[in-house]
Amino acid sequence: MTPQKLKIVTANRLGDGAVVYLDADGDWSARLGNGWVALDQDDETALLARAAQAEADLLIVGAYSMEVARLGDGLAPTSQRERIRSAGPTVAAGEVPAALPATPRRSA
Amino acid sequence: MYRYDEFDHALVSQRVEQFRGQVARRLRGELTEDEFKPLRLMNGLYLQLHAYMLRIAIPYGTLSSRQMRMLAHLARTYDRDYGHFTTRQNLQLNWPKLADVPDMLADLATVEMHAIQTSGNVIRNVTADHLAGVAADEIEDPRIYAEIIRQWSTLHPEFSFLPRKFKIAVTGAARDRAAIKVHDIGLQIKRDEAGEVGFAVVVGGGQGRTPMIGPTIREFLPKKDLLSYLEATLRVYNLLGRRDNLYKARIKILVHSLGAAKFAAMVEEEWRHLRDGPLELPADEIARIEAYFAPSPYARLDESAPELEALRAGNADFAMWCERNLDSHKQPGYGIVHVSLKPEGGAPGDATSAQMDIVADLAERYSRDEIRVSHEQNLSLPDVRLDDVPAVWRALAAAGLATPNIGLISDIIACPGLDFCNLANARAIPVAQELTERFSDLRRQHDIGDIKIKISGCINACGHHHVGHIGILGVDKKGKEFYQITLGGSADENAALGDLVGPAVAYDDVTDAVEILVETYMASRKDGETFLGTYRRVGLTPFKEALHGAH
Repeated sequence: MTPQKLKIVTANRLGDGAVVYLDADGDWSARLGNGWVALDQDDETALLARAAQAEADLLIVGAYSMEVARLGDGLAPTSQRERIRSAGPTVAAGEVPAALPATPRRSA
Repeated sequence: MYRYDEFDHALVSQRVEQFRGQVARRLRGELTEDEFKPLRLMNGLYLQLHAYMLRIAIPYGTLSSRQMRMLAHLARTYDRDYGHFTTRQNLQLNWPKLADVPDMLADLATVEMHAIQTSGNVIRNVTADHLAGVAADEIEDPRIYAEIIRQWSTLHPEFSFLPRKFKIAVTGAARDRAAIKVHDIGLQIKRDEAGEVGFAVVVGGGQGRTPMIGPTIREFLPKKDLLSYLEATLRVYNLLGRRDNLYKARIKILVHSLGAAKFAAMVEEEWRHLRDGPLELPADEIARIEAYFAPSPYARLDESAPELEALRAGNADFAMWCERNLDSHKQPGYGIVHVSLKPEGGAPGDATSAQMDIVADLAERYSRDEIRVSHEQNLSLPDVRLDDVPAVWRALAAAGLATPNIGLISDIIACPGLDFCNLANARAIPVAQELTERFSDLRRQHDIGDIKIKISGCINACGHHHVGHIGILGVDKKGKEFYQITLGGSADENAALGDLVGPAVAYDDVTDAVEILVETYMASRKDGETFLGTYRRVGLTPFKEALHGAH
């Protein structure tokens, strides 16, 4: 029997689009590790119903369920897309790299 | 530069206030997201992976210093102190808050800018050769016609719900610096046998899932007929373009399925009803728009520039920068300075607010108040006196903006990719960053010579990978990032789509793979032959063998 995939519910916050997760207290948190885990289809449906209410309450937008895996005491995303959504861009966007020379560098 | 008239001002201001009301209603819950989404997209506001993203139109890639300072102000005040210049000559801000966006648009309106039609199934921001008006090989300034098209297409009621988005590019020279053959419509200004100036009309090019080089459906279109012919073309597309399948909705699919000749005949038939009607462009109207772009008289300067020559002779760094980043100008004694937004290890096309301000200051002081954005994600100062070039270089270098790499291997186009974009399957920016680090040796870069690497994080091809000399396309394989590599693409007047060089390589192997391909070229090239030249001569096989031998 295939083990049940663990799912949590994520969305973007309405005001600024920040990534949020429905946590075990029923709040929308920026931290994925406290996500409220759906163990079966009924759980998932119930969590998505809460998300629909949160959308109606103008907290979030675009809720959906996503797969996670247990990692120690916490949870971790299983896809690269969700890892990046959770941790932020992998690039230091906009920063001028510290290594950039003040004048063009030329090798010896 | 074009200046808004009363009509433009009223239209943009009204739109800002309309959107302010829509945002307020959304935040009060009077609009659902489903209702609000099409409204925000009409104003360039996306919801991406981590935040909203505002795409600001930079018509035909031309900015005044005042406008550039406003972009810096927006990035500093409402965002995270930087912006991203895109392959469509636009600026994207990656972190605005929804409630701030109406104020941002109001600020933009004060400098005659907006975000209208930077999204949605409409005629998007019209792009042009970034060297418009200053290139020596130009017949006429393509921005005149890009502006005329902008006015015609903005809020055009018939074309506000096309089957899919629609992109038009205009070039004023035979040498294509605007990638017109991979646009929905590409217009090339040309002369006919009688010496009259008009357009060659290319329709149905594009990249994305089904890349195509557009066929020329009309060899010569007189200027006065520009809008009636475009209207006829759009009307045929609007009626017959597929609305049942998102992936088959672009005009390229229609042109391809009908055949270029049949499509052209249908446009001509439609045009019969429209030509010589109200859409005919009177010569005085063209002249009115042309006047906005007519340069104030240039100083009469010698071709020699002693200060520049002295520094070039004594400073190898400056000489190297001049070789790549200083272009010839149509006017003696002037040059075009290219401002690289591709520092080693940087995100292609990103500029900090401080850098935008510095470029604005330099434009105001040295470049007749004008800045250009290229589709290759760099900036240019189009009108610099040659004797001012050393001062401009020093100021750019101090700001991290003088990487001497225009057209070299580190001058990479990359879309935002999976680091930001909701559609992406794989990252693009860090792939570019690692490549620029691997090829950081500038002497090696100059030795490799002209080469264009273009990276997209998904099949939508915002990073133009199909037309890269080396194209890199990110794909998702069971949750892991892989990259398909193509060779031999080109976006210029000899446009070509790249050929797949073999199976996709893993994220960690992309840089090695590119290095193998470049080394293969270096070993095979004849004197003076570019990467593309060698590829076209020897074909795919040697590259394939070199890559497969290693993987």
